[in-house]
Amino acid sequence: MSLLDVKNLCVDFNTDQGTVHAVRDISFTVGESESVGIVGESGSGKSVSMYAVMGLLASNGAIRGGSISYGGEEITETAFANHKAYEARMSRLRGNEMSMIFQDPMTFLNPVLKIGSQITEVIRNHNKVSDAEARARAITLMGQVGIPSPERRLNQYPHEFSGGMRQRIIIAIALANHPRLVIADEPTTALDVTIQAQVLDVIKEMKEKLSSSVIMITHDLGVVASFCDRIIIMYGGKIVETGSAREIFYEPKHPYTAGLLKCVHNPEKKEKLTPIAGSPPDLLMPPAGCPFVDRCPDAMKICKLKMPEMEQYSKTHQSACWLSEAARRKGEQHG
Amino acid sequence: MLKYIIKRLTVGVVTLFLLATITFFLMHVIPGSPFAGETTKLPVKVLERLYEKYGLDKPLSEQYIMYMKNAVRGDFGVSIYRKGKSITKIISNGLPYTARLGLVSVCFALVTGIFLGTVAAFTKRKWLSNFVLILATAGVSMPGFLLSVLLLLLFGVVLQWLPFVGLESPLHYILPAVGMAFAPISMIARLVRSSLREVMKQDYMILARSKGTPEKLVIWRHGLKNAMLPVITYAGPMIATLLTGSFVIESLYSIPGIGAEFVTSITNRDYTMIMALTILYGSFIIIANIITDILNAVIDPRIKLGK
Ligand SMILES: Nc1ncnc2c1ncn2[C@@H]1O[C@H](COP(=O)(O)OP(=O)(O)OP(=O)(O)O)[C@@H](O)[C@H]1O
Ligand code: SF4
Ligand SMILES: [Mg+2]
Repeated sequence: MSLLDVKNLCVDFNTDQGTVHAVRDISFTVGESESVGIVGESGSGKSVSMYAVMGLLASNGAIRGGSISYGGEEITETAFANHKAYEARMSRLRGNEMSMIFQDPMTFLNPVLKIGSQITEVIRNHNKVSDAEARARAITLMGQVGIPSPERRLNQYPHEFSGGMRQRIIIAIALANHPRLVIADEPTTALDVTIQAQVLDVIKEMKEKLSSSVIMITHDLGVVASFCDRIIIMYGGKIVETGSAREIFYEPKHPYTAGLLKCVHNPEKKEKLTPIAGSPPDLLMPPAGCPFVDRCPDAMKICKLKMPEMEQYSKTHQSACWLSEAARRKGEQHG
Repeated sequence: MLKYIIKRLTVGVVTLFLLATITFFLMHVIPGSPFAGETTKLPVKVLERLYEKYGLDKPLSEQYIMYMKNAVRGDFGVSIYRKGKSITKIISNGLPYTARLGLVSVCFALVTGIFLGTVAAFTKRKWLSNFVLILATAGVSMPGFLLSVLLLLLFGVVLQWLPFVGLESPLHYILPAVGMAFAPISMIARLVRSSLREVMKQDYMILARSKGTPEKLVIWRHGLKNAMLPVITYAGPMIATLLTGSFVIESLYSIPGIGAEFVTSITNRDYTMIMALTILYGSFIIIANIITDILNAVIDPRIKLGK
């Protein structure tokens, strides 16, 4: 059985312009100790879907449909008697069973609280420990994520740390209680290139030690290649393809995935990233058909009208694109 | 920290000195004199004797040096208008009334303002949030004296629920304190509301929730300190202002404080009184600013004192 099982998840936001349909009917699973990468360009719904899992959506956002189960337990809010019961359960899980590493280390730490208290908070939330014990654990953790002289730095404030160090602190907070599921939301995007690799190594090392499952959100296919067993490709609030790292890199089925792979920086050719031309669909009025249709080099008439079904290529490999159907028809005609 | 306070106090004393100097010369430049209103009746001989008595016949520079010398020793002279009554006496008689009313108003303003602002920030009932906004707008736009007159008429004269002459009992404080605090309450309520809403949107609140901290504690531990920063910045000078009293309120409610003195001393060209009150109010505001800055730095570690 998988650790996390998300079915038909839909997330909407209320805004002054109207309802933003940020995540539209996505389903995926994450196995025990598995690393899953979520890739997709900005605004494709990667963060929103993970915030929904953690129950951390902004106040104008809500889950409009679908279900989320964790370790076999349904943790969708609708499965609880009321909001209070949901929050009570989720606050036992958050930071303990499942935790999150965030995108921007500069804004996610509280500027007016000492680092020490921000780390001990998560320890004390879930363990009956004394002040001294919590501090000792925090010091050990800081050492583990590579923060030098933790005893001294415990009493400092976030602004006294560099971006890379702050991200290590956030990692320490996320991993403090040895969670079974860690969601890392572009943990290196905001960091200098040299620091990126270091921070990634810290996550990798901790993951191996704790054998947690990791969901790694990123724009960077290189990161996924080195980190993930399985990859989910998102576009316009939908999952358009998912497969093992091998399948995605060597047998991409969806034109968007293929486009992304072409974008990957090739050091030999020395060419810059060539992003796919065009812009993502307006999520205030998402298209009825395939969200990629306006930018797809292979678009057909049907693509605009109807959303393609997920097609199974192997036990792990799925993609939603009309091309496969078209190819089959052709095959039938010939055969 | 101590070094910083000493530095700020030194700067404060210099500021005060400059303020006193400018006020001194400015008030002599303005036409009119303490005896202007009575010149028609007073014979020239008498006038001359009066000028001599208060040292007003001497050159301005000499008067200035004399005043400053005395002021440094804590002697602010005698009121010209009040026929020689000691300034220190007048102020020390009136200040306790003004300060007590001021303190009550400050507490009332802070408690009510923060409470209303918090309610408005978190309530799911739109009308409640709007109500606070309307109240706040009224407080900013309605002249204080109008409200005070209305309160006095309604609760004092018509309903006769509350006393409105003097400050004898705790009940006597209610009407004037409401009048004094109304505008600050509306400012604080608005500040707290917008500041809390802003803080609730911050990323560090999400991280706090992701640790499994219950929502109430997230707000209490992570939100409040951050939300209070703009409030403190406003409240410091506000407290100084409330402590110096109000001409309108003290006249309306017959309070023997010093709130009215500033205005009357200027119209009467009561030179010594003007000087003493300028120095008093000036020091209030300077001290309030120092305390505000220190409090801000205590709460927000990113603020470095003395930089
Ligand atoms: N609080 C919100 N209110 C309104 N719209 C929102 C809100 N949060 C997210 N969205 C919208 O939801 C969509 C998906 O956002 P999301 O943050 O999941 O993108 P993402 O894939 O994580 O992108 P990035 O790579 O830039 O982080 C975007 O169109 C965004 O504008
Ligand atoms: S469904 Fe059509 S538009 Fe969408 S990716 Fe496939 S071919 Fe392109
Ligand atoms: Mg994101």
